[in-house]
Amino acid sequence: MTGTHEMGDYQTTVTLETFSFLPKLTQQEVEAQINYVIAQGWTPSIEHEHPSRAFNHYWTMWKLPFFGETSLDRVLDELEACRRSYPDHHVRLLGYDTYTQSQGVCFVVYEGRG
Amino acid sequence: MSNTYQAGVKEYREKYWTPDYVPLDTDLLACFKVTGQPGVPNEEVAAAVAAESSTGTWSTVWSEYLTDLEYYKGRAYRIEDVPGDPEAFYVFIAYPIDLFEEGSVVNVLTSLVGNVFGFKALRHLRLEDIRFPIAYIKTCMGPPSGIQVERDKMNKYGRPLLGATIKPKLGLSAKNYGRAVYECLRGGLDFTKDDENVNCQPFMRWQNRFEFVAEAVSKSQEETGERKGHYLNVTAADPEQMYERAEFAKELGQPIIMHDFLTAGFTANTGLAKWCRKNGMLLHIHRAMHGVIDRHPKHGIHFRVLAKCLRLSGGDHLHTGTVVGKLEGDRNATLGFVDQLRESFIPEDRSRGIFFDQDWGSMPGVFAVASGGIHVWHMPALLAIFGDDAVFQFGGGTQGHPWGNAAGAAANRVALEACVKARNEGRELEREAKEILTEAARHSPELAIAMETWKEIKFEFDTIDKLDVK
Repeated sequence: MTGTHEMGDYQTTVTLETFSFLPKLTQQEVEAQINYVIAQGWTPSIEHEHPSRAFNHYWTMWKLPFFGETSLDRVLDELEACRRSYPDHHVRLLGYDTYTQSQGVCFVVYEGRG
Repeated sequence: MSNTYQAGVKEYREKYWTPDYVPLDTDLLACFKVTGQPGVPNEEVAAAVAAESSTGTWSTVWSEYLTDLEYYKGRAYRIEDVPGDPEAFYVFIAYPIDLFEEGSVVNVLTSLVGNVFGFKALRHLRLEDIRFPIAYIKTCMGPPSGIQVERDKMNKYGRPLLGATIKPKLGLSAKNYGRAVYECLRGGLDFTKDDENVNCQPFMRWQNRFEFVAEAVSKSQEETGERKGHYLNVTAADPEQMYERAEFAKELGQPIIMHDFLTAGFTANTGLAKWCRKNGMLLHIHRAMHGVIDRHPKHGIHFRVLAKCLRLSGGDHLHTGTVVGKLEGDRNATLGFVDQLRESFIPEDRSRGIFFDQDWGSMPGVFAVASGGIHVWHMPALLAIFGDDAVFQFGGGTQGHPWGNAAGAAANRVALEACVKARNEGRELEREAKEILTEAARHSPELAIAMETWKEIKFEFDTIDKLDVK
């Protein structure tokens, strides 16, 4: 921990919304979040985009949202497949909530090399 | 009732106390907490409230016989004891929907909390709750955007939003003010806010403030890659100036403006909300003056009523108190009106101060804003209490950080995300608060210092206006 009497300089960083202020999530932590999406009854979905276009509302969908998917491993496999196909892209996981018509979860799992 | 006219004064209860009445789905229902003058029977007081807030006058008048007052009158249909208060009692009144102009909370309030509050037969009177029939709700526009649209526009999902009111609240020049905004936003806040007192004073005219703030917002967006906003306060001395300020905010490409709905009034607020819907702007609502109206447990209007009226009048954010911070508010009562802001159906629940089932239909929800006297240590409790559809605003808790606003903002953002992540992992936020924050601080010197700075600060005073429970 930095001493409280020492003045620090906060450097602005490019961040990618929810969870981007935490250390990169471990595999186990990513799995916990996917399990949360599934437990809520939300629809897991994967999107990817080149970092230069990350500010846009729309990223490219990876296949279709995985309606009714309840298997953690299937979602992990799709995340991995998406990353392999687009190694330069950011890849994010969403949980679509049909009741609120919003996303209950949305965070970047892999940061692209850009 | 005879249909011959007899001049004179009748007892109210003859006409306005109707214990057998079964309220209609279209009736507007109200619950008042009444403290009568000694010696007046409860039924007479109840009937008087119903009469004076609807069709009644102290004297019989001949022109009553030209209309069907049985159709238009308000009816006191139930009386209940107030737990723990031998003097006061609840009166339930049903008003026919045609007593009120469509889409006008102004008209509803003018009737329900108008002359009747000065009525001599009463010592105290408090409007506790209103059940708006869905038929009436459908005549109101409500929030310009609502929670779901705001999340989409701002690209914020799966967590509460973070804000801060810029301090010192008065006296900064526009350029220095914009600096404080920029530092907060680059550090990780989603929003900053004009203090409610900031309108257009000699030290900072609104045009200058809007321009510098717009630059701060756009620079922080470019540098962080995240969407940001600042609530530009357009509350003004008259509607013309209010709209002029709103138009300029839009011209500058800003996403959100703010308004003080009680000091400016419901007419101004409803007009501004409609302008926001038309112009695609988000609307943050402050509530200065509410304490005057809602704090006394026996007199005035409970905040749950003001919150319902605001949802009908229109606003995308509304301050609700923090429960954990320095301001007034009992946890259950707060959760009760937070539900009224955000949910589409809320069942009667006396333990939360909810006197009626309330169906909001398709009306958009309003973000609850928790602001005032809060800091990083409160984050786990705030998330547990308010859930995701809230804005947490740390003013001093951001800008009082030893390294400045940006580090303070980052500390709050790290704490928030750590709490959201922990909750999603199934951890108990309030019980494990210390571990969750301490763990997160290992990777964030900003958070570690914030935790050190505010570790001793607590604001724990007893609530003055408590729920009436056995």
